[in-house]
Amino acid sequence: MRAPSSDVPVELEDVSVLAGPVALLDGITMRIAAGAPTVLIGPNGAGKTTLLRIDIGLMPPSRGRVTWAGREHAPPDRRAIVFQRPAMLRRSAAANIRYALAAAAAPRATRSERIADLLALVGLSGLERRPARRLSGGEQQRLALARALAREPDLLLLDEPTASLDPAATKAIEDIVRAVAARGVKVVMSTHDLGQARRMGGDVALLHRGRLVEHKPAADFFAAPATEEAKRFIAGELLV
Amino acid sequence: MDTDASALHLVLTGDPGLYAIVLLSLVVSLTALAFAALIGIPLGAALALVRFPGREAVIVVLNALMGLPPVVIGLVVFLMLSRSGPLGSWGLLFTPQAMIIAQTIMVAPIIAALTRQTIEDLWAEYKDELTAMNVGPSLRIATLIWDARFSLVTALLAGFGRAAAEVGAIIIVGGNIDGFTRTMTTAIALETSKGDLSLAIGLGMVLLAIIVVINAFAWGARRLGEHFAG
Repeated sequence: MRAPSSDVPVELEDVSVLAGPVALLDGITMRIAAGAPTVLIGPNGAGKTTLLRIDIGLMPPSRGRVTWAGREHAPPDRRAIVFQRPAMLRRSAAANIRYALAAAAAPRATRSERIADLLALVGLSGLERRPARRLSGGEQQRLALARALAREPDLLLLDEPTASLDPAATKAIEDIVRAVAARGVKVVMSTHDLGQARRMGGDVALLHRGRLVEHKPAADFFAAPATEEAKRFIAGELLV
Repeated sequence: MDTDASALHLVLTGDPGLYAIVLLSLVVSLTALAFAALIGIPLGAALALVRFPGREAVIVVLNALMGLPPVVIGLVVFLMLSRSGPLGSWGLLFTPQAMIIAQTIMVAPIIAALTRQTIEDLWAEYKDELTAMNVGPSLRIATLIWDARFSLVTALLAGFGRAAAEVGAIIIVGGNIDGFTRTMTTAIALETSKGDLSLAIGLGMVLLAIIVVINAFAWGARRLGEHFAG
């Protein structure tokens, strides 16, 4: 049975994640509310992936508190994630989606129809029976997206979904994400690509060395960055 | 040369004595393999996924059991099943069932240890995905065993090879009784010591052929599976 309540908004209160003496996240306080996609940007090691793992609930914070729609211990019934390098189950493309539907306890009678719809949504119709591991990198990303959407999430987390994809494959993913967001799904995605942040972001959060440097609507962020780090990042300088 | 020709003649003419031995050997080893798989695969999968105090020690013991000398296993099973042993009332000593028990004990650690390694590697790959999908423990184990099924064939083959080639344990608990507990390996040992090399060589040829054919089938099944399932 699906949980009736939403997992949005996600609220992080003074969240830190420590790996020994190193802070992967350092005192992050932010609210991820319903609406247009939130884009996490920042250099490698800034904490983007760790923040997404906190948001899905894969790891607990070392300090601080995370709540999903006000609930601190909420199983990930209404949220899904696509990892930067998603693991494909050793099955066909359709069977990968069927597995996610079964895990989400979707009604058995509707599963075949849902699989066809999801494959069509991500542009993989006709590849139902292809072993998932034999799909190209871009196709695997789209299949992972379909598998995540099979859970009917209201919070969808994407970890650099277009890293290492060519422009055509990137556009395909961005189009799908826009369509999903237009359906009311809250999307949180990380990227290195400032152009993608401009294209996709309703709001933008810049992370650096585990700290949240700036978080504001995308238009404001790019037009009037408040911090020196944001100005340098937008200017294309290397933040180290 | 004459001995080789006689051996080939026994094999090609379907000598009833020879093929009765072959049949019993297959029944014993395949039954033991089935029991060992039923024990070893879930045990290996559980060891791969469940963390508990002393787990590392269990893994070390399991790996050590892979190299347990068959005669030691035969001796232990003999002592258990002998009239004065704790299971003596079952009356299984010097029966094919006793040989199956000995081979199961021999093969189960091999399958469990290889399964643990296979499942642990796959779990490292799947962990984040299955956790994010909120997949429960029993479905996780079932998923990993299913997705590792082609790799697990290798574990089963290793187990079958060990069972089919083994002589020390089954000669102790089976007794090498003609027409009842005589298998290919015990017959080869006996006939060689008697100097009847024709039957020994004939059985050796059949044993080799069986191992080759089963490996070929397993290899083909694995390739087909990888082609269709990825």
